[in-house]
This record gives sequence, structure tokens and C-alpha cells, in this order.
Amino acid sequence: MGDREEELHVLAVDDSVIERKSLERMLKKSDYKVTTAENGLRALEHLGLVEDAKQTTLEANDMKINLIITDYCMPGMTGYELLKKIKESPSLKKIPVVIMSSENIPTRIKKCLEDGAEEFMLKPLQQSDVLRLRNHVTETLVFKH
Amino acid sequence: MEVVQLQGRLIEFTSSLFREGFLDDQYTQLQQLQDESNPDFVVEVVSLFFEDSERLLNDLTTTLGQQIVDFKKIDAHVHQLKGSSASIGAQRVKNVCVAFRNFCEEGNREGCLTCLQQVKHEYYLVKNKLETLFKLEQQILQAGGSIPLM
Repeated sequence: MGDREEELHVLAVDDSVIERKSLERMLKKSDYKVTTAENGLRALEHLGLVEDAKQTTLEANDMKINLIITDYCMPGMTGYELLKKIKESPSLKKIPVVIMSSENIPTRIKKCLEDGAEEFMLKPLQQSDVLRLRNHVTETLVFKH
Repeated sequence: MEVVQLQGRLIEFTSSLFREGFLDDQYTQLQQLQDESNPDFVVEVVSLFFEDSERLLNDLTTTLGQQIVDFKKIDAHVHQLKGSSASIGAQRVKNVCVAFRNFCEEGNREGCLTCLQQVKHEYYLVKNKLETLFKLEQQILQAGGSIPLM
């Protein structure tokens, strides 16, 4: 049971099935546990936070998501909007959020970082980017016990 | 054909794909994600890419064929195609998408039509190349050999 505590659980959000599959494989290869979501709404459901802001803290704790990585450009809820919803939630705001985008737009990057994203990564992601994600999680692990 | 000859052929063929710009480093990243526990990973992702791209190309053809062109819709499709081609390393396809998006921004229908033709051309080229590559890999495996790491 002891070793399991170190396994980090990442929620990966992207509307492209190809990019979800690649990301999932990269995360698993770096020994993360992975849950994928195809859009912001599904992501919030996994996090136990449904649209009308009703929280089920029990569900959120069961999922024990240590980090969220999300695409910026998604139909419906963008990655930025998802970031805002997470940071506005008392139960979820401590979870680090990383945003990915294929577009290098400085104003976009600045806005995401200012509003709570840990990092902004340019797509396509590489294995080395995924390995670096671990750096954003250590702080929250310290708080858990 | 002997395993060693097939392996040599595969190495040469793969090298040419990189040299000629059909594939870039992102394809290598995908290959590195394949292992004993996920032996078909590359074929699976590339197959998804083929399906997704053909759907997008059809949608693009239809949208550009309308009386009044919805450039925003076209841009959204091209953005998707750019993303997926980039993530599998299909460099030439990705590059055409970049030019394509510029024409969308300008609302340039002729430019878009030209790009659509080009992107279809590049897509079918790389699809053909990748299918050849996968066939070669299959032949090696069936002959009892292993895929050389490049």
C-alpha cells in the first residue's frame, strides 16, 4: 500500500482524441495515473464539481486529482474558463493547473499565468515536458498529510 | 526477403521520410512511447489521425464549396488539422495548415482553395508513406525479426 502514495493522478483535458491518446501514453510512461476528459464539463464532473456549482467534496476527494493539464482551445468551455472555475472553487483551487496550446500568443499566456495557471506549455508536448509536470505537484503533496 | 534486408530497407525508407520533411521529431516521440505493453501505439494513433483528417478534409471541401464561405468554420477545421498533424509529426501537412490559416484570416477564398488542394496532396502523400512504412514493419515482424530502433 505504501508505494501507491507516490503515484500522482493527472486529469488530462483535450477535445482532440489524437492528442488525448498521445498525452495519456506520455503521462502513463512517466508513471502517472491518468484520467482523460474531452471537454471542460466532463473535467468538472470528474472533479466532483457540476455546472450549478454544487460540490460533492466526497467525490472530489475520491478522485484525488493531483494535477490538471488542459488544452486552451476547446469548443464550449475553453481551458482558460476551466482554469477560472477551478480556481474559484474552494475545494479545487489548490490543484495545480497547466495549460497547453499550439499557439504562442503572449497575451494569452500572460492571462493564464496571472489567473492561476502553474505553467503554459506549447504543443505538441514531448516526454520531457510531461516529466517536468511533477515539479508543480510537490507542494500540494506536502499539504496532504 | 531476408530479415536483414527488410530491416535495411526500413531504415533507409524511414530516413528518407525525415530527410524529405514528411515526418519530424514528433514522430520519433511517438515511436518512443511504444513498448512491449503498447506494441501498436504508433499505428493506433496514426490510424486515428487518418480517420480524423479525412473527415476534416471532407468538411473543408463542403464548407469551401458554399455560396457564402464561413471562414471562421474553415479556420476551426484547419486549426484541428494543424494540431493533429503536428502531434503525429506530419510536418508537411502542418506547414500547409499554417498558410491555410493565414488565408482564412484574410478571407481569401482563392487562397483557401489552393491550400485545400495542397493539404489534400500532402495528406495523401504522407498517408501513403506511412502505410508503406507500417507494411515493412509487419513484414519484418512476420519474418521473425524485430523493428530496428532509429
